Amino acid sequence: MLTLSRVSKRYNDTTALAPTDLQVAAGETVVLIGPSGCGKSTLLRLIVGLIQPNTGSIFLGGEQLQPDNLHDLRQRMGYVIQEGGLFPHLTLRDNVTVMARYMRRDFDWIARRLAELAQLVRLPLELMTRYPWEISGGQRQRVSLMRALMLDPDLLLLDEPLGALDPMIRYALQQELKSIFEKLGKTVVMVTHDIAEAAFFGHRLVLMREGRVVQTGPFKALAQTPAHPFVTQFIEAQRRPMEQLAKVLQ
Amino acid sequence: MNIRLFVKMLLLAAWATTLAHPTHAAGRPVTVSIGSKSFTESVILGEMLRQLAQRAGINAIHRRQLGGTRVLWNALRNGDIDAYPEYTGTLMRETLARENLQTETQLKQTLAARGLRMTRPLGFNNSYAIGMKKTLAERLKLRKISDLRAYPELVFGFGNEFMDRADGWPGLQQTYHLPQKNVRGMDHDLAYRGIESGSLDVTDLYVTDAEISYYNLRVLEDNLDYFPVYDAVILYRADLEQRAPEAIALFKKLAGRINAQTMRELNARVKLNGESEAEVAASFLQANLALDIAPQAKNTWQQLWRHTREHLVLVGISLSAAILVAIPLGIVAVRHAHVGQIVLSIAGLIQTIPSLALFVFLIPLLGIGGPPAVVALFLYSLLPIIRNTHAGIKGISPAIVESAQALGLPSRAILRIVELPLATGSILAGIKTSAVINVGTATLAALIGAGGYGQPILTGIRLDDIGLILQGAVPAAVLALLVQGVFELIERRLSS
Repeated sequence: MLTLSRVSKRYNDTTALAPTDLQVAAGETVVLIGPSGCGKSTLLRLIVGLIQPNTGSIFLGGEQLQPDNLHDLRQRMGYVIQEGGLFPHLTLRDNVTVMARYMRRDFDWIARRLAELAQLVRLPLELMTRYPWEISGGQRQRVSLMRALMLDPDLLLLDEPLGALDPMIRYALQQELKSIFEKLGKTVVMVTHDIAEAAFFGHRLVLMREGRVVQTGPFKALAQTPAHPFVTQFIEAQRRPMEQLAKVLQ
Repeated sequence: MNIRLFVKMLLLAAWATTLAHPTHAAGRPVTVSIGSKSFTESVILGEMLRQLAQRAGINAIHRRQLGGTRVLWNALRNGDIDAYPEYTGTLMRETLARENLQTETQLKQTLAARGLRMTRPLGFNNSYAIGMKKTLAERLKLRKISDLRAYPELVFGFGNEFMDRADGWPGLQQTYHLPQKNVRGMDHDLAYRGIESGSLDVTDLYVTDAEISYYNLRVLEDNLDYFPVYDAVILYRADLEQRAPEAIALFKKLAGRINAQTMRELNARVKLNGESEAEVAASFLQANLALDIAPQAKNTWQQLWRHTREHLVLVGISLSAAILVAIPLGIVAVRHAHVGQIVLSIAGLIQTIPSLALFVFLIPLLGIGGPPAVVALFLYSLLPIIRNTHAGIKGISPAIVESAQALGLPSRAILRIVELPLATGSILAGIKTSAVINVGTATLAALIGAGGYGQPILTGIRLDDIGLILQGAVPAAVLALLVQGVFELIERRLSS
């Protein structure tokens, strides 16, 4: 579905991403994880075409991403970011349907698809006449997902989609998102820095550090056969608070 | 057709259709356009010329109190005006100083070479003179200009033209070796008030000024014969002889009819007794040339309406054009940072040009009156709109713009659907700023004959008539508030 071959990105003298290969199969969920500045967001933004690589090429379903087909290929991707990136001057309905209306899709089709998606993310259709600032953060992320799914893309790209939510809502939404992904059978590339979230969603994890991939594989493989001491360090750092919590309860 | 001519015609066409100004309307009978300088004597003489031309059965307009000799001279040469009252000394020492003319015959030849003519002298020499309060002069025992050398602490204040003219202060200082450092330039009429209030000690006078006796001033003797003779004449375009021979014949009748005493009295009637220039001119023509002319009296409301109309046209055309040009420029500035830098610097640079200077720069290109004023106001209105468009779009969170890109919207669609709507508040604020600046600056357009609320303000300053100043200043302020209110309404509409 998605192939990255020797893709790299430099900003002046700093390497944001060293030459990287990555393959994502159809229906697979791959999670890019690592500390801040490790290059995981850069990788995702390269796939969406928001930035151009210095070397290497990106293929989506066998087609190479290039400036002249970027707009078309983007319609086959859905992109969700941390704060949702909803347009503040448009109603939720207009936010979700903006691209479909721009493409002059049939009015009935749009209305049907909107209702379908509202049901999928479990939002009442009446809410759609509101503006982004009138709803909660969790609701905004659901609307953002609706917008990403509107044209039924092959590939979903999520950059810390739950990063700005409080823990309870975050947990509930994790469950929901996963069931949606499974139900739709979408190919998903997600960025997070939360190892538990990564383990929960990802068929495979791509652990990155300083612009390089350290290890790729299922969470279990990372935990049991770390390719580098950093892998263990990274996992431990997030497991320890949980263990402390468990100790207190004992 | 070259671009200059094309632009000129375009603006003239726009002007003519909006105002239906007699000078620019095609297919009309001959119209004679008279100019005058921005002091009372010139306006009275200009008014006489207008009435004389009208008396000869010719449609005549008077563009009164234009801002300075340069403006009038260029306007005459361009054909924007056909005639104006001038002084031989000014022509020989200032306007044509480079020709180094010595005699009146030489002057006439030089004028003829430029397609211009002048009448014989009208009968008075309105020379420059240097004057001060009689009381102060007596206390310091000052009689001659050279006596001033002993008092370097005296404060000098001169009319703006006098400050810079070849036959003004620079030459005077050199000839008399005057040591004074504290020398200020100001409006000629305001200098009298400075003398009266004691903030100025010495100023330049026109010897026919009514204020000399009114303010009890002493004229210091020009003991080194610095000032030339400033015989008043009527300067006109040679082609007027063919176009309106009857008017020229009447203009020539003024020659030798006005002596210094008469002129001083006419000035006093306007400046001190508050009669209108038209009345004074008409009564003079009646008494001396036995010409019966009914001065057209316009009531205050008619005048207010005319100034409002002129002002609205100036502001309306220039601001609309600025909006149409500046918003796209602001967008270009966002898309191409390098171009943006250049555009913003140029617009900023224009803003630093003093408004009167910009008006005057445009005269050789566009003549006097509406067109150069509209272009200058247009240029001044650009910067706030460009800058706010630029800032408004730049200020949109990158996450929002990237979300739009990620949806697959092309950049034009992003501009239309996302960026412009989100920048609207900022753009409107820019337009509002421009509109208010525009309404204010448009009052200066009267200096180049474009009319508007500046007209009564200029006349009011010249005649020391607060009521007249307010007649221009108050509506201008009200208009500025109104314009601001309208844009605030639009803003509220859009945001709700």
